[in-house]
Amino acid sequence: MPFKSTVGDYQTVATLETFGFLPPMTQDEIYDQIAYIIAQGWSPLVEHVHPSRSMATYWSFWKLPFFGEKDLGVIVNELESCHRAYPDHHVRLVGYDAYTQSQGACFVVFEGR
Amino acid sequence: MSKKYDAGVKEYRDTYWTPDYVPLDTDLLACFKCTGQEGVPKEEVAAAVAAESSTGTWSTVWSELLTDLDFYKGRCYRIEDVPGDKESFYAFIAYPLDLFEEGSVTNVLTSLVGNVFGFKALRHLRLEDIRFPMAFIKTCPGPPNGICVERDRMNKYGRPLLGCTIKPKLGLSGKNYGRVVYECLRGGLDFTKDDENINSQPFQRWQNRFEFVAEAVELAQEETGEKKGHYLNCTAATPEEMYERAEFAKELGQPIIMHDYITGGFTANTGLSKWCRKNGMLLHIHRAMHAVIDRHPKHGIHFRVLAKCLRLSGGDQLHTGTVVGKLEGDRQTTLGFIDQLRESFIPEDRTRGNFFDQDWGSMPGVFAVASGGIHVWHMPALVAIFGDDSVLQFGGGTHGHPWGSAAGAAANRVALEACVKARNAGREIEKEGRDILMEAAKHSPELAIALETWKEIKFEFDTVDKLDVG
Repeated sequence: MPFKSTVGDYQTVATLETFGFLPPMTQDEIYDQIAYIIAQGWSPLVEHVHPSRSMATYWSFWKLPFFGEKDLGVIVNELESCHRAYPDHHVRLVGYDAYTQSQGACFVVFEGR
Repeated sequence: MSKKYDAGVKEYRDTYWTPDYVPLDTDLLACFKCTGQEGVPKEEVAAAVAAESSTGTWSTVWSELLTDLDFYKGRCYRIEDVPGDKESFYAFIAYPLDLFEEGSVTNVLTSLVGNVFGFKALRHLRLEDIRFPMAFIKTCPGPPNGICVERDRMNKYGRPLLGCTIKPKLGLSGKNYGRVVYECLRGGLDFTKDDENINSQPFQRWQNRFEFVAEAVELAQEETGEKKGHYLNCTAATPEEMYERAEFAKELGQPIIMHDYITGGFTANTGLSKWCRKNGMLLHIHRAMHAVIDRHPKHGIHFRVLAKCLRLSGGDQLHTGTVVGKLEGDRQTTLGFIDQLRESFIPEDRTRGNFFDQDWGSMPGVFAVASGGIHVWHMPALVAIFGDDSVLQFGGGTHGHPWGSAAGAAANRVALEACVKARNAGREIEKEGRDILMEAAKHSPELAIALETWKEIKFEFDTVDKLDVG
């Protein structure tokens, strides 16, 4: 039987965990995810790290977690400020759940180079 | 009706049927679905179950008088009709705490589902639920790590975890097996799993498998930049061999091992779980043989009891069925027992099959594992049913991809993330599932092909074991 040329070659990709297999989010899509984090009662927080250390458990905090923040615009601004301050770093948004002491949400918003 | 049963059970009713009894917080409570022999009154059957599962024996014996048997006896304190079923009834039985050894699920089951299940006055008997008192729960080790710790170790947040069983389940050499592990993990899965049948057979001895798998895990982790694991099955013929395998997995730096808790047994499981806590190892639990025990609606043990027992004995992940795939399990019942695995307090709710309030106190939660005949089209329903604290495992749905396992893995990962993203954005993912997957497939040829491959497969058979409703 001849080899089927319809078989594609799957190339391994380096990804950054949750949502790493989706295309980058638009501004509106990021708003939706922040709204979800706030609606769950989680605290939004922003972290960043140099790509060479992306597998480290601890990324640097951007300021402190934004405890009790309900304004989507504030969080978007903080993400962008962090990205401007560390343009070569990965920047991720976390929804911190104090009840489970875990992260209800966590995904990279800006990829550093 | 032979007189023998009357003679045997009459005594029981006088001692063990106590409708005025108010259960204590420290009592272990059980609900049995009883189907008696024709002509035997309910109270006699129920009292017999209470007696035979606690202090009673068929005849009065002199040595009973050496102790205060009233302090130790189990009591049937309530009888209820089973909705829509005239021949069976529920018997609620309270057992004093001192009947059970601290921290021993083995001991609880030996009493509650021991000889009584062969008792002649009964045609069928099914243990539907157990309310474990806090005083007992605090003596049990519970999950070695729990959901929070597992997420932190594996760096997986905000979504269900994604896994797959290596296929073919039997017959691959160690090196070929490791190849399949590598393909799945590089394609985007978080975990791969030894099939439960894989222990240490002539075609692939455990040491050889562990070494190749460890290399595959390490390599995939390096190349993808994500944390990976493979459930190394440590189930063995003897506890000594089981621990030897666990030690070797640890030596290889692996994050997770696996055990089959019913065929392996509760004692082995509890021991291995304690080893895992001590050695920083995650523990995946398979449930081979469960359907022998839990599928018949009138006889055996309901899986919610087996699930509760596993949480007490210890495990970080437990198979629960899929609701939508090839294996038995209705939705409400499944939601009922996955609550028992993950939540800290579950109120009585007959619509989910939970017969008692159950308080788990500080005991960590167990991930629910959905595995068996599921593929990308099921993803929206699975995310909706199981939520984030679950592991979704696609075996055929990964390896069966026309481009191979890596592409199959990527297809599942894209589908999963698309569903989670849509759910977070407020979309009704079960209703809009098709649109969500088709949109995601625009950016992923792997998903587009997977959707095409599995579009016709359905498993729409009625469940055998249903909730009792009128």
